[in-house]
Amino acid sequence: MELYIRSNNNSSAIELSNIPVVDYVALYNDLKERMTDSRYHVAHYFATEVESGLRFFILILDDQTSEVLISSFAPDYYSEEGLASLTALHPQFHPFEREMHELYGINFNHHPWLKPLRFSHDRRNRESSMDNYPFYQIEGDELHEVNVGPIHAGIIEPGAFRFICNGEQVLHLEIALGYQHRGVESEMLRNQSRLRQTLLSESIAGDSAISHSTAYVELIEKLGEKGIDQDLNRERAVAIELERIAMHIADTGALATDIGFQLYQVACEALRTMTINTTQAWCGNRFGKSLIRPFGTNHPLTTEKIAMIRNNVKEIRRRYNEVRCDILEAPTLLSRFEQCGLVPTAEMKRIGGVGMAARSSNVRRDIRATHPWGFYGEELVHEPVMHDDGDVMSRLMTRMDEVLQSATYVEQMLANYTPTGKIPTPDYDVKLKTNALSFSIVEGWRGEICHVALTNDSGDIKKYKIKDPSLHNWLGLAIAVRSEGISDFPINNKSFNLSYCGHDL
Amino acid sequence: MLVQLCNTLLMVVVALSITGVINRTRALLAGRKGIRFAQHIYNVRLLMRKGAVYSSTTSILFRIAPCIYLGATLMAFLFIPVADLWPLFSFHGDIVLVAYLLALSRMALILAALDTGSSFEGMGASREALYGALVEPALMMGLATLALFCGYSSFADIFADAQQLDMNLTVIMLLVAYVFVVILFIEAGRVPVDDPKTHLELTMIHEVMCLDYSGIDMAMIQIAGWLKNAIFAMIAANAIAVAFCFHWWFATPLAIIATGVAVGVVESLRARNKLSRNVTYILTIVALSALVLLIGFLLTQNIEI
Repeated sequence: MELYIRSNNNSSAIELSNIPVVDYVALYNDLKERMTDSRYHVAHYFATEVESGLRFFILILDDQTSEVLISSFAPDYYSEEGLASLTALHPQFHPFEREMHELYGINFNHHPWLKPLRFSHDRRNRESSMDNYPFYQIEGDELHEVNVGPIHAGIIEPGAFRFICNGEQVLHLEIALGYQHRGVESEMLRNQSRLRQTLLSESIAGDSAISHSTAYVELIEKLGEKGIDQDLNRERAVAIELERIAMHIADTGALATDIGFQLYQVACEALRTMTINTTQAWCGNRFGKSLIRPFGTNHPLTTEKIAMIRNNVKEIRRRYNEVRCDILEAPTLLSRFEQCGLVPTAEMKRIGGVGMAARSSNVRRDIRATHPWGFYGEELVHEPVMHDDGDVMSRLMTRMDEVLQSATYVEQMLANYTPTGKIPTPDYDVKLKTNALSFSIVEGWRGEICHVALTNDSGDIKKYKIKDPSLHNWLGLAIAVRSEGISDFPINNKSFNLSYCGHDL
Repeated sequence: MLVQLCNTLLMVVVALSITGVINRTRALLAGRKGIRFAQHIYNVRLLMRKGAVYSSTTSILFRIAPCIYLGATLMAFLFIPVADLWPLFSFHGDIVLVAYLLALSRMALILAALDTGSSFEGMGASREALYGALVEPALMMGLATLALFCGYSSFADIFADAQQLDMNLTVIMLLVAYVFVVILFIEAGRVPVDDPKTHLELTMIHEVMCLDYSGIDMAMIQIAGWLKNAIFAMIAANAIAVAFCFHWWFATPLAIIATGVAVGVVESLRARNKLSRNVTYILTIVALSALVLLIGFLLTQNIEI
């Protein structure tokens, strides 16, 4: 029997009856071998309630053939045995198995440590709470623990970081999250209004508003089975690249701030403002909220707006390139960033790292290239920016190169574009395909965002699952700071810049 | 007596102005409008009007530490002459007293930081103790070089007599001034050793030790910081003034502008050191001051080569 149904990022929704329901042991044995090849990584793995108990869905991405392998299994609900853990073989499964254990009490045998993931409101074990999170401990007279958080001293989000240090050197870092849990996934089901759901998707992670709303509308459009104008895809691609430019510039500035380098900090702050103001001039919101809507848009580009965006992006590109060249020649900066916070390629593959952090460790994972959607692929052929040292400097260089690349793409997409005025306004009432699974994978500035939805027989969404790239990459940060000085933690943290609310949902 | 009061007054002006010059220089180089010159003074005035909050885990040590910190620094401050003027206090051997008054103030703050029981403050205290111990030889050898040239061991005598110095020793004096400016960078917790503007507790040194202080205690710590700046800036300015124009009207603006601009420019144009490299940085200054002392000693022996 075929274990998977093969799909891709541009295909329409799949009927639930077409997804094979396989034996877990067979799937486990296949994944055991398959995942040793780094062309595969897990995009999503979740369980959902069905009449007879639980049905598990798994989505595996094949980077070489652009295929998405989907499978499912439904073990006996009353079995006490538990399932063999995939995390024990391939650590990239750890957040998914922990989540299912937390929500449904499923035991994964030989899992290293089934810790709670995000303290969901509907978790099974009410006794487990943030106050008794089982932090890892090491005994030793010369060791000391440093606890940072969960309340952040500045303005960013909450998360608890527990360091075990030998003097200034970090031996181990454990990151406990869940403080931002808002119940987004269940909120998405409470109201079937597409408009409300779009607004919710914009708030999954505030710094990725465009990426997450793009993932949502792509998913809905697949379920709606209504053709999308290529011009609309073009405008969405421009928006997502603008978001990438803005966030990468902001992080360049933040890295400079953390090493006390005032000059680059102020230069990048000014450029970032210019970028988000461009988005604001386009759609009225600096973070691109209200820009992405299903089946259409309220803010189609006009000739004047195209000229404005092209002018601004050209100027941002020129000025940022100057900053970039200076950064590459600043010895005090290089001495801080080079060989700091190393995540080797093999380690990045093991933990299933995605996005720009993975590309900085020479792992070629970029949805725009491997699983293109919308405007990417045919119209815009993307070649990912790669760096191979896996240190803070590599992550900074990936950001810097991607800003220039994205600026080129925006110019390319807008240079020969004359708006026809044919892009429709949003349609929130399209009937969705019944009893289907729909997924969308989008490369946000941080990395791969994957949304999955299941519909019931009246065409309502009955299950909505969200995955932010941070879910994979937080473990990368914990690995990066091992054996570094504790005072270098902030620059490592900034070099990843992961989302708390994207993880906690 | 009038001269001594003038001297103290000028020192106060130096102490109040240096931070302002640093802030203005930073703003100018960043292309910002920046805060006004006297903003730091207004901030401290605001702190003085506020009540203090004490953690329930702290003891009396924590409460008296700011007084010791300010008191010891103020005492040292009153021994420093402005070029040809005479300081309020002076006696033979006061250079040693000044050095150890500064060490006493440092110890008070370290103990208070440990008293809070916070893991951040413990880390800050350990860093401060390490760097304090490393920079002390540089300070002592710098003072020894000054004493060597004049044969006196009080600041007032050294600089009163320095006017008759052989001008061939100008280079030595400039190097001594450089050593004291770098000691100021370290003692005041400025870039590249520490970053007073940072918001990251894990990377702080001086700031993290004051995290639990508020109100009047915080004000005392800040004022003591200004006084410390003035002490090192004035010694450096005196060393330069000896070589060129030894008058108070030359040394006072020199102390304010030279140190203020130096700190501001360095903070704008370079990154902080990696923490583990601070040790190397400080030892380099110790080595330089040892070299200056040795060469100074050889020169005073009038050895013909």
